[in-house]
Amino acid sequence: MFGFDKRQHTPENGVVSTMPATPAAQPLATPLDSNPAQPQRLSIVLFSGTVDKLMAASILATGAAAMGMDVELFLTTWGLMAFRKDDYKTNTRVSADFADYAPVMLEQMQAKKVPSWMDNLLGAKEIGNVHVAACSMTLELYGLQLSDLEPIVDEVTGVATFMEQAQASQVTLFI
Amino acid sequence: MVTTKAVDRYVDAKGQMCPMPVLTLAKAMKELQPGQVLALSATDLGAKRDIPAWAEKTGNTLLETVEEGGVLTFYLKKSA
Repeated sequence: MFGFDKRQHTPENGVVSTMPATPAAQPLATPLDSNPAQPQRLSIVLFSGTVDKLMAASILATGAAAMGMDVELFLTTWGLMAFRKDDYKTNTRVSADFADYAPVMLEQMQAKKVPSWMDNLLGAKEIGNVHVAACSMTLELYGLQLSDLEPIVDEVTGVATFMEQAQASQVTLFI
Repeated sequence: MVTTKAVDRYVDAKGQMCPMPVLTLAKAMKELQPGQVLALSATDLGAKRDIPAWAEKTGNTLLETVEEGGVLTFYLKKSA
């Protein structure tokens, strides 16, 4: 896909050095309507509240933010519930089909000092443009307010706001 | 570690797993002046493709990649 220049320096002491290909030798795919001045945007509907899916969502959001993309995170249903104040500290839920993996997953994350999904998102907010919105429907259903949620959540919005964000996004995901 | 060029900043991201290497890189790059060179070492399996993709997306220059004993060291120059 990217096809880096295969020329390599003579290995010395097992060290291999690769120089990236010059622009002329390597045509790059560009989005049809890309505007270099406008940052690309990632929108995520975060519906899931299990740690396995929250991790995946957080890594996608964080990677995008680190690459200079604007990130719109729309929390709904179980995803929103996972952002209740302090809930992330005790949330050990894993997708039901993979409940047998839960102990291994949580143990390995601890052993390998993997940052939690909340850590990732906080890092993303610090480094990039990440907007976290809470679904008004879910809040009303469970009698919650913005003040019941973690401070990382910016505001309460509905489906129309999300659709507007998604329409302006190059990448939209449902997790 | 083989350093083939002088660097203004060295970042040790060995042992960090996705998304930490690009996050650590983005944070460190923020503190550099345009034209300065940063070296980042990583053991993350995805870093070989992720770091170049990050550089491409953010308009920074990947000067060189050195692979030694399972550790990749990326030399990046901050653009204007």
